[in-house]
Amino acid sequence: MTGRETLPDQPLPLGQMRKGQGGYICRIEGPDATVRRLLEMGMVEEAYVEIVHEAPFGGDPVAVRVRGGLLALRRQEASCVTVRKA
Amino acid sequence: MSVSELSQPYVALVGSPNSGKTSLFNALTGGRQRVGNYPGVTVERKEGSIERPGGHRLKILDLPGTYTLDANTLDEAVTRDVLLTRKIEGAPPDLLVAVADATNLERSLSLVLELKDLGFPMVLVLNMMDLARNRGLEIDLEVLARELGIPVFPVVAVKKEGLDPLLEEMLRRVGERPRPLVQAFPESAWTLPRHGAEEVRARFREIDRILKLANAAHLKPARWTDRIDRAVLHPLWGSLLLVAILTFVFQSIFNWASYPMDLIERGIGLISEGLRALLPQGWLQNLLVDGVLAGVGSVVVFLPQILMIFFFILLLEDSGYMARAAFLMDRQMGRVGLHGRAFIPLLSSFACAIPGIMAARTIENPRDRLTTILISPLMACSARLPVYTLLISAFIPNRVVWGPFRLQGLVMLGLYALGLVTGLIVAWVFKKAVFRGPTPTFLLELPTYKWPSLRNVLIGMWERARLFLRRAGTVILAVSVVIWFLSSYPKPPADADPGRPAITYSLAGRIGHAIEPAIRPIGFDWSIGIGLLTGMAAREVIVGTLATVYSVEDGGAAVGEDALGRILQRRWSLATGLSLLVYFVFAMQCFSTLAVVRRETNSWKWPAVLFLYLTGLAYLASFLTYRLALYLGA
Ligand SMILES: Nc1nc2c(ncn2[C@@H]2O[C@H](COP(=O)(O)OP(=O)(O)OP(=O)(O)O)[C@@H](O)[C@H]2O)c(=O)[nH]1
Ligand SMILES: [Mg+2]
Repeated sequence: MTGRETLPDQPLPLGQMRKGQGGYICRIEGPDATVRRLLEMGMVEEAYVEIVHEAPFGGDPVAVRVRGGLLALRRQEASCVTVRKA
Repeated sequence: MSVSELSQPYVALVGSPNSGKTSLFNALTGGRQRVGNYPGVTVERKEGSIERPGGHRLKILDLPGTYTLDANTLDEAVTRDVLLTRKIEGAPPDLLVAVADATNLERSLSLVLELKDLGFPMVLVLNMMDLARNRGLEIDLEVLARELGIPVFPVVAVKKEGLDPLLEEMLRRVGERPRPLVQAFPESAWTLPRHGAEEVRARFREIDRILKLANAAHLKPARWTDRIDRAVLHPLWGSLLLVAILTFVFQSIFNWASYPMDLIERGIGLISEGLRALLPQGWLQNLLVDGVLAGVGSVVVFLPQILMIFFFILLLEDSGYMARAAFLMDRQMGRVGLHGRAFIPLLSSFACAIPGIMAARTIENPRDRLTTILISPLMACSARLPVYTLLISAFIPNRVVWGPFRLQGLVMLGLYALGLVTGLIVAWVFKKAVFRGPTPTFLLELPTYKWPSLRNVLIGMWERARLFLRRAGTVILAVSVVIWFLSSYPKPPADADPGRPAITYSLAGRIGHAIEPAIRPIGFDWSIGIGLLTGMAAREVIVGTLATVYSVEDGGAAVGEDALGRILQRRWSLATGLSLLVYFVFAMQCFSTLAVVRRETNSWKWPAVLFLYLTGLAYLASFLTYRLALYLGA
């Protein structure tokens, strides 16, 4: 989709990105359990992620495209994932 | 499963959630286990066997899906415990059949690598090859097998394609292997090796390397799923659609099922006339017509409605909508302290609370899981349909309210909404008062949409019809006979007051009158009291009981739903009818549910809490309804 045009310049937490934005994961940090759950679901460094849907009433949770799948998660957990351009 | 059963060689199906393990299990064994297009359908292990020509027989185990052996939820723990022989006595599987979704290899191979690291003897099934090929997968299977170091079998489980080579390999491998793994994992103090964050990262790097070599790095996007999701997950249209779907389902079961119901009713009417004509007058004719036919018949009439609600829920489950509903509802569920995932068991509970309560296993946080279990029985299960329909048709006029909406259908919808909303409020109270804690993480995979398989839907409906008819033929039949007997005997004495109905002399009459004082304040009379007692077996039993009691009293008039409805209209006030409707929204009238809660929570405390709070709530709500209705002149 349009993700590539709207990449943030600075690394940005995935949880703060809007629908249509995406980029490459550069860091995953946070509570151990959350980090492991995210990793297990394929949110690993260097993977391309993009927010493709936002839930009604405030845009939280979001649906994220990652490694060919679609993953629903809340912005709070998504903020453990930092995303950079290219 | 007992020790002896597991001491035979067996194969276990493992894989990420929703990779098609149960579909493969059904294809291999001819089984009928539940399949659905969302993660977390299977929550217990299921055992089956494969019969091969030549007398070969192979035991096979279907397991809940999991992303990793480091289980987060109870259903994942079932899988872990089987593989690592924790908790159960017995031996680990002789062969693992790892099932991976070929359209999702970038993620689903992670578990395969984890299992391989642990040294399990294993083969890999690439399932859903039909969908993968459509999306341009041209994977080099030989390279994949070589790099993984295990044989690979492309399969389309739902079309039974590619099963033969897999079967041969399974038979060969299980036959040849001595039992290898028991000693590798002593049961005590076992910790998972190689499960840290670094290992997970390394596994994904390895997947990337292998998929690149095998020429399967990227698939074309799932266009239809993307298109559908643009509407279904749209912030505005998506929410409206969810409401519209639920409205449609709950309205239509009321409006559309009436045709087949009329047919069944007419059939039962014919049988009862036939019996009356054939049998001599006397106790046998009374027993069969007033007891059995009135009781069983009045319940069987509702089969079409029950099948319809199952049909709709199965469609939602099999299409991929379930996970979307969870996504859309997460915010609302968050307000009461649950997360969207809990909406899946709740939606399943509209068919029946028991699978709903089982499905709560997929909820990670124990407090949330318990809360979900405690509110599941408030979702209007299909066993309430007979009661709702009977009372609504008897007491609510079928006026057109607006467009396609009629008052009866709207009241039905209102009863569903009342249960759902009360459930959410109760969840909020539980979470605030009893189970305080941090908000849990919500992580849910949204699968690609799939055409609901006709076979799965039909099997699901058939299983339900069987269960319902069996219950009608056993429990309801027995209850009808007993109630017929209790309300027919003893006969009034010779010097009885002719103005006093004969049934008041009977045992049922006496029992009913003994409980009447307790339920009089909510507008129930003795016959409803009897119905509430028998209705503990299953909610719809009350309909059969009322039919039998009134049939005995009136000499055989209450056969069929319509007839029973007219009798209720004549005998009860509107206030009583409404009060009973409300009572059934809340009351915990189902032993099987209590038994499952006991098993799932492993304590008597929670079923007791559940029973008491729901009965209390039902009594209170009925009291208010009854008094209000009386006050308004009903
Ligand atoms: N097109 C296609 N659909 C499939 C195939 N195998 C399974 N499905 C569908 O995929 C969905 C998931 O199938 P299940 O068999 O329930 O998956 P599972 O691995 O048992 O899932 P869990 O029990 O939740 O772990 C269902 O909608 C199936 O109809 C296949 O080979 N081709
Ligand atoms: Mg399954």
